[in-house]
Amino acid sequence: MANKTLTHLQRLEAESIHIMREVVAETENPVMLYSVGKDSAVMLHLAKKAFYPSPPPFPLLHVDTTWKFQEMYKLRDKAAKDAGMELLVYQNPEAQERGINPFDHGSLHTDMWKTEGLKQALDKYGFDAAFGGARRDEEKARAKERVFSFRSANHRWDPKNQRAELWNIYNARKAKGESVRVFPISNWTELDIWQYIHLEGIEIVPLYMSAMRPTVVRDGLTIMVDDDRFPLNGEEPVMRSVRFRTLGCYPLTGAVESEATTLPEIIQEMLLTTTSERQGRAIDHDQAASMEKKKQEGYF
Amino acid sequence: MTTPDPIYKTDALIAENIDQYLETHQHKTMLRFITCGSVDDGKSTLIGRLLYDSKMIFEDQLATLEADSKRSGTQGEEIDFALLVDGLAAEREQGITIDVAYRFFATEKRKFIVADTPGHEQYTRNMVTGASTADLAVILIDARKGILTQTRRHSYLVKLLGIRHVVLAVNKMDLVDYDQDKFNQIVSDYREFADTIGIEDFTAIPISGFKGDNITGASENTPWYKGTSLLPHLETVSVEDSLEQAEPFRMPVQWVNRPNLDFRGFSGLIASGTVRPGDEVRVLPSGKTSTIDKIVTFDGDRDMAVAGESVTLTLADEIDCSRGQVIVASKSPLEVADQFESTLVWMDEQELVPGRAYWMKIGSQTVSATVQEPKYEVNVNTQEHLASKTLDLNAIGIANITTDREIPFASYEESHDLGGFILIDKISNQTVAAGMLHFSLRRAQNVHWQATDLGRDHHASMKHQKAAVLWLTGLSGSGKSTIANIVEKKLARMNRHTFLLDGDNVRHGLNKDLGFTEADRVENIRRVGEVAKLMTDAGLIVITAFISPYRSEREMVRSMMQPGEFVEVFVDTPLEVAESRDVKGLYAKARAGELKNFTGIDSPYEHPESPDMRIDTTAMTPEEAADAIIARLIP
Repeated sequence: MANKTLTHLQRLEAESIHIMREVVAETENPVMLYSVGKDSAVMLHLAKKAFYPSPPPFPLLHVDTTWKFQEMYKLRDKAAKDAGMELLVYQNPEAQERGINPFDHGSLHTDMWKTEGLKQALDKYGFDAAFGGARRDEEKARAKERVFSFRSANHRWDPKNQRAELWNIYNARKAKGESVRVFPISNWTELDIWQYIHLEGIEIVPLYMSAMRPTVVRDGLTIMVDDDRFPLNGEEPVMRSVRFRTLGCYPLTGAVESEATTLPEIIQEMLLTTTSERQGRAIDHDQAASMEKKKQEGYF
Repeated sequence: MTTPDPIYKTDALIAENIDQYLETHQHKTMLRFITCGSVDDGKSTLIGRLLYDSKMIFEDQLATLEADSKRSGTQGEEIDFALLVDGLAAEREQGITIDVAYRFFATEKRKFIVADTPGHEQYTRNMVTGASTADLAVILIDARKGILTQTRRHSYLVKLLGIRHVVLAVNKMDLVDYDQDKFNQIVSDYREFADTIGIEDFTAIPISGFKGDNITGASENTPWYKGTSLLPHLETVSVEDSLEQAEPFRMPVQWVNRPNLDFRGFSGLIASGTVRPGDEVRVLPSGKTSTIDKIVTFDGDRDMAVAGESVTLTLADEIDCSRGQVIVASKSPLEVADQFESTLVWMDEQELVPGRAYWMKIGSQTVSATVQEPKYEVNVNTQEHLASKTLDLNAIGIANITTDREIPFASYEESHDLGGFILIDKISNQTVAAGMLHFSLRRAQNVHWQATDLGRDHHASMKHQKAAVLWLTGLSGSGKSTIANIVEKKLARMNRHTFLLDGDNVRHGLNKDLGFTEADRVENIRRVGEVAKLMTDAGLIVITAFISPYRSEREMVRSMMQPGEFVEVFVDTPLEVAESRDVKGLYAKARAGELKNFTGIDSPYEHPESPDMRIDTTAMTPEEAADAIIARLIP
């Protein structure tokens, strides 16, 4: 009998697909959180594979802050259309009304748009399961996160009360009002993600590739001036050849100077680089256990 | 670090030819392993070292690490690798890992997923969780301390969860001056113990996680060690793809894919075997048969799919098939049953309530199941069997389980995917137990039964023990039979399968044609040896109580057995003491000349020169002697 040795990417793909199918079979109203980044791109691609020839039997949800890069909005709408999936965009009306922004409100910006916005969106549509693209290799606190992470009716995560996950058997049962966040790409690393994107030819936001972009330097981060809401205070943006290793709200996302314009070059740069992925995000720049606190509060 | 390592990508290659690098790395395999050790065995340090060496940490993480090392590290000015992997805020303060954490690193050949699990007794549940997905276990031992209770516990759990590959990493070799004797002693102690629980094979490596010895390459500090280093071993150990694929085809149906009226596919992760269009299949439990029409994937229809792949199958006939059912090769169907014997690992604060209905999730099916009162509980440290009416948090027990309908299944030993299950509390929805099916209780209804030739190892492993011969030798009246009797009773309490061959009893039947001449004594022992050998083939622990006065016959019996199986126990009682006891009045008869060829009087007793054990009955009670013998058998 002919044997076939499965590669690590084939194993990871099969596992992620298995997880997604379990969720669809065992929950009532699942949704996929879609942030337009590379991890979301891989997750969406896996969803297409998991349910083919059906379209993925759930909508995409983008919890929007109104401060994402323009190119992200463009790809978001295209990707949903290509997948034949409904796209739900949610913007926290209270944050909208109070004009919460990353320049004047610091961490309140993330709290209100993302953390609160996500809770409101899940409540509004009554989703009982939400796929997220978090990976265990991203951060120490995430290494212990389960694939199925249960949240109380008020969306709190209790690190002491997580279920054991054995073999590939997932217990998706929950009480009314409770919900579950599911991380189908938990076991993928950043390198796995890039290799898979390369191998499968998955479309990603061009911001991951280097190009000449208008930038200013703020608090040590190189920030791209993506629209005219950026308060320049007379400063003239400088054109730099930059790209982004991670994508979020443009005023909070640091660019790296780079000449990498192709996927292999990006991977090459990633492998030779010595700073970790999250460093470009202003949000994590406090003490080591910060992610854990955020998670308990309901940040994804 | 000790030697330059060829294991990792060189930055030069990446810089020079990224396309070639990507091509290589797209063909990597994946190995999942678990590390287990006691609190201070240096587990976190070892994992931290593996991540560090494979450049899975970056400069900014390193900076945080250095700062952390100064604040709460335990390694003085040096980098405390353990801080890289210790996670949740509360645990960090205590300096103990208390949950399962998954870490990732890769070499040129493989991606690794490491389950980091704690050494604490109360966290059996975490170790079982981590072990459930592991292909390999690294059991860490502190070279200064040798084998501890925790080592035995971890090894037992590794065996229980059916992990195929075991590495014994004797760590902190730097703290024992890389002493070869110390390493050899630990390895031989471990081998002895491993034998008793059925771990047949393991790879022992002397390492220092802190200093990096024998991690990526051979260390100059252990020139006496000729074996492989840890990472090269992890890179080359078999991932068993071919084994899985050689099994019969089985796929639990996860989801019925029905985009429109013209398409009906069955999606699932193939648990074992391979499948091709045209293969005849059976859907269980209904038993309906059909043939595979297509293997449908996003990347196009396939002409073959194998174990470990997630696919969608269409069938040639419209037959009922839904989530929870299993599609199998029609020629080798699974057994279907509703009553089973199983091992349960209890994982919830609320203890098992026998008779209560729980959800049982096995494969993709969820059924209602009740658990009977456990047959016994296993002490995870000593593997002793204890009577128990329930199972509480971290308890392991053997119990019968009844489902509300018939389910297709395999024994856990045969298939982790089709024999492993969880129990879910119907009220709290918590996962309260992990379980492993042994067999169905109505064997007469078996659709198929194991048709392989059973070997001696199989017999022993079915009894969860290692066959042995406890050969008690000594003068008449030395206490052999008394001690042998107690040994057997104690072993029976530990659920070991034994048989006691007593000299006097054998002479009533098998050897009643033999007298007490030297020739007859030799033949007596030869026959007993042959019987004992048959019994060890059957997997039994044989206890014998024969004077067996001659060295050569005792050695003859030893040579009949597998190496290490024969344990010579010299029940040493001085002649005067034995004679003064004279329970059966035989010494008096011999002295009076009424009994010829009596050992010690007119027939010699050849003392063992180097017995495996010596029992001094003038210093030990029979009870103590029995305990000592059992301790020798089951360390």
